[in-house]
Amino acid sequence: MNLFQFMGAIELGLLYGLVAMGVLLSFRILDFPDLTVDGSFPLGASVSAILIASGVNPWVATFCAVLAGMFAGFVTAFISVRWNILNLLASILTMMALYSINLRIMGRPNIALLGESTIFSPLDATGISHRYTIPIALFFIVGIVLFALYRFLISEKGLSLRATGANIRMAKAQGVAVNRQIFFGIALSNGVVALGGALAAQYQGFAVADISQGIILFGLAAIIVGEAIFNPKFILGALFAAICGSIIYFLLRAFALNTGFLGLQASDLNLVTAVLVGFAMITPKLRSKILDFKATRSRP
Amino acid sequence: MSKANNVKQVLKTLLLSLSLSSSLSATPPTKHIAITQYIEHVAADAVREGLLAELKEQGIEATIDFENAQGNAATAGQIARKLVSLKPDVIVAITTPSAQAIVNVTGKDTLPVVFSAVTDPVGAGLVSSLNEHKGMVTGVMDAPPIKEQMGFIKTILPKAKTIGVLYNPGDNGSVASLDIIKQEAKAQGLSIIEATPVKSSDIQSAILLLVGKVDAIYVPLDNMVVSAMASVSGTALKHNIPLFSADSGSVKDGAFACLGYSYVQTGHKTGKIVAKILEGTPPSEIPVASPETTDIFINRHVLEALKIPLPEEIRKQAHYY
Repeated sequence: MNLFQFMGAIELGLLYGLVAMGVLLSFRILDFPDLTVDGSFPLGASVSAILIASGVNPWVATFCAVLAGMFAGFVTAFISVRWNILNLLASILTMMALYSINLRIMGRPNIALLGESTIFSPLDATGISHRYTIPIALFFIVGIVLFALYRFLISEKGLSLRATGANIRMAKAQGVAVNRQIFFGIALSNGVVALGGALAAQYQGFAVADISQGIILFGLAAIIVGEAIFNPKFILGALFAAICGSIIYFLLRAFALNTGFLGLQASDLNLVTAVLVGFAMITPKLRSKILDFKATRSRP
Repeated sequence: MSKANNVKQVLKTLLLSLSLSSSLSATPPTKHIAITQYIEHVAADAVREGLLAELKEQGIEATIDFENAQGNAATAGQIARKLVSLKPDVIVAITTPSAQAIVNVTGKDTLPVVFSAVTDPVGAGLVSSLNEHKGMVTGVMDAPPIKEQMGFIKTILPKAKTIGVLYNPGDNGSVASLDIIKQEAKAQGLSIIEATPVKSSDIQSAILLLVGKVDAIYVPLDNMVVSAMASVSGTALKHNIPLFSADSGSVKDGAFACLGYSYVQTGHKTGKIVAKILEGTPPSEIPVASPETTDIFINRHVLEALKIPLPEEIRKQAHYY
C-alpha cells in the first residue's frame, strides 16, 4: 500500500463513515435493527445521480437524496409502529421494495457522473490537485454532520430519543412520545445514510443500482470495530468511533487488496477482509485478557 | 490506560502492515498489464479469457495483475487506486463500472486505459466520441445484437408468434436491453411474455409459467439465468420449447441456438488494442472498436430432439456443439 491508496482508504472511510453514523443511530442509540439502510444508500445514490445527470444543481440533488432517504426511513417506522410489525421485518419489507424502486428511479443500469458538475466540482476552481482537496472537503462534510448529530443528541429532543432507545417503557412513563421518537430517529438515520449514498455516487463518478451490496454489514462492522478499539463511553465518542471504525475497515480492505504475494486470488478479498476485521475486533479483548492473566499471576 | 494503549496498538499494526506490503510489492519486469472487472460474470470472464489468449498469441510477455471488485463500487474505487499506483503500461477495465472507477482516478489522461464489454462508452462518460477522442482511453464496445437475434428466431421458426423472455429483473444488463427486445420483437411480429425469476430457485417455476404459451424462450445476457443454463435448458427441452440465448457459451450447456458475438472474440479484440498500445501507438489514435461479425451456434442434440428444420444458409454457417 502506498500513500495514494492510503489516502483513498481514508477518503472512502470518511464517506462511508456517514453510513456508520446512520447505522449507529438506529441499531445502537434507538435499539431498532433497521435494514432499510441496504436500500436507502443506493436510493441516495440513484436520486442524486439521476437529478445531476438531468442538469439539476448538485446541492439540490443531494438535498433531495437526503429527503428520499428520510422518507424511506419514515415508511419503515410507519410499518413497524403503526401496524405493530417487528422492526426487523418492517425494514426488510422497505429494503425489498427499495430495490425495485431504485431500478425504476435510475431507469438504466448505470448513470455516469464523470464530467458532470457535482458538489466536488467547485474544488477544481482552487487549482489544487484533488489529492489534497477531496480529503479536506470530505473531512469538513463528515465533521459538520458529526457535529450536528452530536448537538442534536445532547439536546432535550435528542435525550428523549436516546431515552426511547435505552428503555422504552421508562421513557413512556416519563412522558416521552416514544412513537414520534422512533419515526424521527429512523428517518434521520436513513437520511444520513442516503447522504452517504449521494456523496459516494458523486465521489466515485457513477451510480449503479447495486452500488454496494450488503452495506448494512459494513455499517455494523464499522461500529463494532470502532467500539472494540475505542470503547467509547459518551455519545460524541460513539459517533467518532463509528467514523474511525469505517476508516479502519477501508484501510484493512486496502491492505487485503495488497496481499497478492501470499498467493491469494482476487476472489479471496472478502475472506481476507473478514479475517482482518475479526482480528481488529478481537485484539483489544485479547490484550486485556493477557493483562488480567499477568495480574493474577503476579499476585502472591 | 487501556483505551490509549489500544489506539496505539492498532496504529502500530496498521503502520507495520503498510510498510510490509509496500516492501513486498516488487517492481515488475518487462511489460505490466493490470486487469480489473466489476463482478464475476459469464461475459466478463469470457472477455478476460480471450484477452489473455490474444496476449499469448502475440507473444507479449507481461506481468498481469488482476482484481475483481465483487460487485462493490467502493471496492472498485480502491482497486482503481491500487492499479493506478502500480503504474502499469496498460490498464484493462472489463465492464462499465470498473472502467468508470479507473477513469475517475486516472482522469482520462495519465495512464492508457482499455475498456471492454462496455455497452455505451459515450453514455458512460468514458470517451467523448467513438472515433475521435482525446486522452488515454479507448477500448471495445459491445451492444448486444438484439435486432439480429430476433430476426434469427423468426428465420428458424417462421411460424412463431410469441416468445418468452426469461430474465432476472435485478440484472442491470437485462433490464436495459428489455426495451430494445420488445421493440425488435414487435418489428418481427413477435409478442413477448416476460418471466422474471429473482433468484436461481425461482427459475424452474418461471419456465413452467411459459409452457404452452410460447413458441420459443429467449434468454438475454442475464448473469443468473445464464449461470443456471444447464438446468434451464433441460426444463425447456423437456417441454419441447426451443431455447435461444444471447450468450454463445449457453449452447454448450444445452441451449438450442445462439446468434451473437463471441465474448472470447471481444477479448481477442481487446488484446489487439493492448498490443498496439504496448508497441507505442497513443490510445487517442485508436478508435473504439466493436465486434463486426456475429456467429451462429447450435446444439446438435437439442436440434435432433426438437426436430426443427434449419434453413440451408444457417445450417452451413453455424458452429455446432
